[in-house]
Amino acid sequence: MALTPEEVARLAGLARIQLTEQECAELAPELDVILTSVHQVAEVAGPDVPLMTHAMPLVNVTREDVVRRSLTPAEALSGAPAVEEGRFRVPQILSED
Amino acid sequence: MNDEILDFDEVLESYEPALGLEVHVELNTASKMFCGCSTAFGDEPNSNTCPVCLGLPGALPVVNRKAVESAIRIGLALNCQIAPWGRFARKNYFYPDMTKNFQTSQYDEPIAHDGWVEIDVEGETFRVEIERAHMEEDAGKLTHAGSSGRIHGAEYSLIDYNRAGTPLIEIVSRPVLGAGAKAPAVARAYVAHLREMMRALDVSDVRMEQGSLRCDANLSLAPIGSTTLGTRTETKNVNSLRSVERAVTFEMRRQAAVLAGGGSVVQETRHFDEATGTTRSGRPKSDADDYRYFAEPDLVPVAPSAQWVEELRATLPEPPAERRRRLASEWGFDEIAMTTLVNLGALGLVEDTVAAGASPQAARKWWGTELARRSNEAGIGVDELTITPAQVAEVQRMVDEGKLTDKLARQVFDGVLAGEGDPAEVVASRGLEVVSDDGALAAAVDDVIAANPDVADKIRDGKHQAAGALIGQVMKAMRGSADAARVRELIMERLA
Repeated sequence: MALTPEEVARLAGLARIQLTEQECAELAPELDVILTSVHQVAEVAGPDVPLMTHAMPLVNVTREDVVRRSLTPAEALSGAPAVEEGRFRVPQILSED
Repeated sequence: MNDEILDFDEVLESYEPALGLEVHVELNTASKMFCGCSTAFGDEPNSNTCPVCLGLPGALPVVNRKAVESAIRIGLALNCQIAPWGRFARKNYFYPDMTKNFQTSQYDEPIAHDGWVEIDVEGETFRVEIERAHMEEDAGKLTHAGSSGRIHGAEYSLIDYNRAGTPLIEIVSRPVLGAGAKAPAVARAYVAHLREMMRALDVSDVRMEQGSLRCDANLSLAPIGSTTLGTRTETKNVNSLRSVERAVTFEMRRQAAVLAGGGSVVQETRHFDEATGTTRSGRPKSDADDYRYFAEPDLVPVAPSAQWVEELRATLPEPPAERRRRLASEWGFDEIAMTTLVNLGALGLVEDTVAAGASPQAARKWWGTELARRSNEAGIGVDELTITPAQVAEVQRMVDEGKLTDKLARQVFDGVLAGEGDPAEVVASRGLEVVSDDGALAAAVDDVIAANPDVADKIRDGKHQAAGALIGQVMKAMRGSADAARVRELIMERLA
């Protein structure tokens, strides 16, 4: 089940990465190698191997519901390319949601 | 562009609606879902942010324990199964209301799933199946700058990230079938039921106008007798109980017109317009809805033990149905009266008013009629009126003591709602107290009789119904602050 250049183009679009047709064509077989390799791991792990999403088998790491000091508005906005009325200013948004 | 719509009755002749509701509840935790920033509403823009909720590189989220507990309690109240193990997931999308380019949510491992609630609508019980309730975070607030104030035609947008990261619980129902003509009322009653439940659980402020309870209404129509569901639309921005009902009604009428005209319903997001009661097309479902969920690597799984779940179950309030039965019997109200109060969202208000000393009948009268009318006119929930149960009870006490008539009581409500202070202050500042001083009243009665000799003669001749005209004039002279029954007595004494 080889990855197609069209699938690479679609993923690139979803990830907002601009790729040329040629780049998509080149990347498809390269990504396919990675996917195939990962798939081999899945074949090795049988049903006796539990699902693992972290290196440490931790669950329920929580904090108490206590308010801590936040950044000041000036600090929060210090890296913003544009600011207006204490808010981040962003360019026109074309589509809703 | 105006959509064609069909009469509601015509819709029902040919189509059966399927309703699906997604309700977002903002939790009332003091701090955010994954960081210690305050969740206070209305603070200075961008004053409650930190590297975590601004998504700055290297920042690590940590789950708010109370938010998890609230999620579990909500799940239990919805009769759901609580997942013994579940992960958070990244929902990837590009939109500036989130700086991280993803929302931390739950995907295929929601904390609560497979529950149900029962709601009563006009004497009929509907069971709404709950598919899932999951934890996620709210997004920042966008203000669109430009001539329209809306996103279309906006030149740029301004963002306040104070709300970003506020804990949310999303409750997703399964399709509700068979509601027919009651579909809009069922939608409303369901949201009212959840609002009452969240309030009883004390997990959220559930203020729809502030967005702490939000509803997206999914609706599709299928020809009567069909076994498959039609194409659905999802209407967003439905921010009051009344709007839920109106939005569903409008979508039924609009979709029916599309189908009856031989067209097909476009699967899309639509936006509800409060002013016109209509929905307008947002955007079609597309590639952009491919959120590429994957497990959130920065958070460890939530695995509530059976013991923890049982401890939380012990904290649940009385189930709504049992509470209703208990109150109905305590108050001597019938099913219709109770349903009306529940759908109004006034059950707790009446309970608190009774606790503050008013009779159940009086509490129901004010909340169920006078105050309900005002909230309806203002387009807000009755619980959003700026009057407390204690104030309503105080007004009723003054009526019981003969200091106010019902008519004057309404004026006291005007004053309290206008922010003029407590009932006693409004009575004093507006001069609303019933004049029980017979001296002033008697003088007014004498003046009116003297000014209307012909009417007075008729009454002397036994035409007692003519007294109404004189009573009206006396009441007018006293600016309403007289007891009409006493005025009648005084007139009759003089003209006997």
